[in-house]
Amino acid sequence: MADEKFPTRIEETLEGSVLFNVPFPKGDDLSGLKDMAPIIIKQSYSIEYIHSYGQDSPFFAGLANGRFLVTREPDTGYTYGTPRGHDMYTGKETEWVEIPCEGVMHAFTVCHFGSEEFLPECPYILALVEFEGVNTLFLARVVGLDPAEASEDWIGMKLKGRFRLWSKFKPTDVYFYPAE
Amino acid sequence: MRTVYAVSGGVSKFAKARPDKTFPAIVKEAYDYAIADLGLEHPQFRELVDGTVASYFSDHFARQLMAGIIAQDYLGMCPKPSHRVEGGGATGGICFQEGWKAVASGYMDICLCYGFETMSHVQTWKGNEFIALASDVSFDYPVGGFYSGYYAMMVTRHMKEFGTTVEQMAHVSVKNHMNAYYNPYAQKRQKLTIADVRAAPMVAWPLTRLDICVMSDGAACTILCSEEGLAKLEKASGKRIPRVKVSGIGRGTDAMRMADRPHQSYEDFLKYNLLPSEDTPETRKYYKDLWDHGFRYPGVHSFRAGRMASKEAYKNAGIHDPLGEIDFVELHDAYTSSEIQTYEDMGLCRYGEGGPFAASGKAFMPGIDYGLDLPEKPVCPVNPSGGLIACGHPVGATGLMQAVFAIWQLQHNIEKHFGTPELQVPNARRGAIHSHAGTGTYVTVSILEREE
Repeated sequence: MADEKFPTRIEETLEGSVLFNVPFPKGDDLSGLKDMAPIIIKQSYSIEYIHSYGQDSPFFAGLANGRFLVTREPDTGYTYGTPRGHDMYTGKETEWVEIPCEGVMHAFTVCHFGSEEFLPECPYILALVEFEGVNTLFLARVVGLDPAEASEDWIGMKLKGRFRLWSKFKPTDVYFYPAE
Repeated sequence: MRTVYAVSGGVSKFAKARPDKTFPAIVKEAYDYAIADLGLEHPQFRELVDGTVASYFSDHFARQLMAGIIAQDYLGMCPKPSHRVEGGGATGGICFQEGWKAVASGYMDICLCYGFETMSHVQTWKGNEFIALASDVSFDYPVGGFYSGYYAMMVTRHMKEFGTTVEQMAHVSVKNHMNAYYNPYAQKRQKLTIADVRAAPMVAWPLTRLDICVMSDGAACTILCSEEGLAKLEKASGKRIPRVKVSGIGRGTDAMRMADRPHQSYEDFLKYNLLPSEDTPETRKYYKDLWDHGFRYPGVHSFRAGRMASKEAYKNAGIHDPLGEIDFVELHDAYTSSEIQTYEDMGLCRYGEGGPFAASGKAFMPGIDYGLDLPEKPVCPVNPSGGLIACGHPVGATGLMQAVFAIWQLQHNIEKHFGTPELQVPNARRGAIHSHAGTGTYVTVSILEREE
């Protein structure tokens, strides 16, 4: 268990020996085969995708230039904190609008465990951020708080955004920290 | 639409890993059990069944495209018609409903629904990554994609809106693990206390390891039929099959990104989302007060898809008072928090009352000592099987596992299948099964009823 000071189990890993044969009955008696333990092998699989942000690309270009963009339905004014190319109510194309990168923590968690890709970053704080005059939220990392002091009182906290100097063209090119 | 009967089912033992068999052979275990319970052998059933529906979530876990046809082939169902369904965590529930549609529409008289997942083929953190790929890969996954984190964010909002506590959530964990103690199919059969749940390692604040279901290898299947199909099965087996009817289905959806979920007005909530059972002056006032204090629906604290699925299923089954008219619910408790959220979506209590409802005792089984001081008597046991938290969650099998346990409850056969009677809901006449996909995107609710 991760929180044990002196674990009594060594973590299993996927390294091993290359095996070219296994025991098998020498004679004609095959009746014991159903009692055989299963052969378990490692199969690797990796892939690199050519992922396009498509119509959402200006959002990432904005982050790279230190500007936070949302999208707005031109007639109703319904505004998406996470950009969408089309409005879900009128079906119309939205337009890009720049807003100040300041918001309020709407909901949050501290991840002490996670997917393989993010394990080295644990514990990290995830939050849904709300913005003045914007109808939907934005998922972001929050820094500058003690993960060990998580409290529902964090909800409602004012947050400021900060842009990464060297863009990675990911939504994490903007992250938030307490404004006060 | 024709009447559809759910006549039999089977569940493989759910386990952390089943290296002893390949996935089609695990499906075969569940299938063999289901036909044996009907008193049939494979050649007889094969002759009668019109087709199948296959349920599995992730091509990544299987590392095998078209895994469905491999199961179809292994079961000896070729060349009968089949297709695979996929809808995240709700895959099994969708499979059950697609089987229902095949029979209700007249396309088939007898339909086999089978589902499976083998999640042990990768390590847990890689499995978390596969599951997190069921979130937006442009905006959600790269920020720290982790499903437990997503659900934890929802419950922090639930706590803030309604004052829901971690101890109320822990009641769900104690209940479901204790129920599973009497279920031989369950993966985690444990007697726990509230303190145990809170002392378990923190995964995503405030959810501990005991608030969260585990990954599993497993399979389940159910057999659905029309009246004509039932007659054929009874003729072949030479025995009367207990009648369990599927009296209504419902399904709802919501935006993939939680951030996109709307924050509707009170008027829109009344117009689109209020259950008939909630349409009283007192409850309208209760909700108006919530809105006056800043509550908006569904936000990230509630599952609109679950509410719409429930509303549709209740309408189709003629249910007006869910808590009073449903004898038990098997619902998708991937998290203790989502069980609480689902109480509200299904109208077992009102929005905002899920926390106190969890700790009230109303959702517990009668006759089982949970070691808790529960103020009220059981009214509608929720997850009498132990749910996902304790039974395990081999995704494509899960919704069908719920259907199997519901069929056995309504056939009053729990003792026969579990080898012990504790989990039989007394006089069970009507049950609901609820299957839910990632962060509340697809949700199915199906109502099953005993017909005397």
